[in-house]
Amino acid sequence: MDLAIRSLPFLWEGLLVTLHVSALVVALSLVAGIVLGLALVFGPRWLYWPIRVYADFLRGIPLLVLIFFVYYGLPAFRVNLTNFASAILALSAFKTAHVIELVRGAVQSIPRGQMDAGRAIGLTFGQRLLWVIAPQAVRRFLPPWINAVVDTVKGSALVSLVGIVDLMLAIQQVIGRTYEPMPMYVLGAIMYFAINYSLSLASRQLEAHFAYVRD
Amino acid sequence: MAIRGLRKAFGPQPVLDGIDLEVRKGEVVVVIGPSGSGKTTLLRCINLLERYDEGSIRVDGVEVGFRDGAEGRRQRRSERELAHIRADIGMVFQLFNLFPHLTARENVMLGLRKVRGLPKREAARVAEQWLGRVGLTDKLDRLPAQLSGGQQQRVGIARAVAMEPKVLLLDEITSALDPELVGEVLTVVRELAGDGMTMIVVTHEMTFARDVGSRIVFMDGGRIQVEGTPREVLAETVHERLRAFLRRIELKHH
Repeated sequence: MDLAIRSLPFLWEGLLVTLHVSALVVALSLVAGIVLGLALVFGPRWLYWPIRVYADFLRGIPLLVLIFFVYYGLPAFRVNLTNFASAILALSAFKTAHVIELVRGAVQSIPRGQMDAGRAIGLTFGQRLLWVIAPQAVRRFLPPWINAVVDTVKGSALVSLVGIVDLMLAIQQVIGRTYEPMPMYVLGAIMYFAINYSLSLASRQLEAHFAYVRD
Repeated sequence: MAIRGLRKAFGPQPVLDGIDLEVRKGEVVVVIGPSGSGKTTLLRCINLLERYDEGSIRVDGVEVGFRDGAEGRRQRRSERELAHIRADIGMVFQLFNLFPHLTARENVMLGLRKVRGLPKREAARVAEQWLGRVGLTDKLDRLPAQLSGGQQQRVGIARAVAMEPKVLLLDEITSALDPELVGEVLTVVRELAGDGMTMIVVTHEMTFARDVGSRIVFMDGGRIQVEGTPREVLAETVHERLRAFLRRIELKHH
């Protein structure tokens, strides 16, 4: 117990790194995923297949393989990234593939007639997207996206394997010095859970905010 | 409005096979015909929800689908130009297609604000006025899901006419309604016709067609087969397929 408390400042540093990595990945994948997802649905045909292949391929390989590929593999092509940049790039690329799929699903779930109705009153494509499609698609997008965010936080533990001292690696370093794994792993699990449970709570608020039929 | 030599095909299958139709200001042209005859496609071409392959559609002298390019070649219009043209052509849909996340008032306001550029207050005022016209003054803040089919369709009509279109297209607007709700929607349309709104109406309601139609057009196989006054088309026709069609409709309603 005493040990756990003394290690807290060190774990706190690790926790901040985990949050930092997760936040960056969530933000980058959200922006890229929305742009590419919309391009997949509405874009020209020559854009369809590259995006389709990207989304399917990246979702089909283990995240750890992707991280190692970027960190250890890319130098062979004379692309040398720091471990932090590699981790962010790999995690974001992976998460973007998921967000593309979520955006596609959410947008395609909106009936065709909605676009027709928007056209019929003279809205331009951008206006239809903004005022007709987006408000409806957001509701379908949010629940699976929150899951994806939770997955990102958990998946970020893998960055410890390229030497980034996140919460995971901080825990292991403490264990390395004390040889007492159990209390530290329990503490670590509680910290991950605390992050993700707060996220779930926040998401319920968010979903309620975007629900337009309140019953 | 003038349609000349309009053709459209989905793949090898012609859907519109040379349509000529003229609609004068204030006229109500009713289009009847069996399903698959191209009626709905015709309406959807008029405000460019579908592209047409050949021929021309002019509303107030303006070609809808194309602009004249260099050397007399036709160029497809840009999205922005299309939006501009569509704003003057109203459409009411069979399945209402109301925006489910917006209240009745907001459904009507959206086009007024984003397309016509009215300030919020003014848009709300116009929306309330039109929703009042269709008898929904007490439902302004309801979401579509909280309205009956007939009420939803009346919001759909208000949304279209609030834009003050030059021509209003009605695409089987009572087909998805329970029989007891059809009357309230048709009453609204009758009033609009009385006010001189130019309309093209696709419908299976023959009584309604006879009452409000200045002219009736019978389509079959992507062509206009018969065109004339309601009496000529509905009562006095000798056209065989039209008579068969009218008999089938009558059977369904009795």
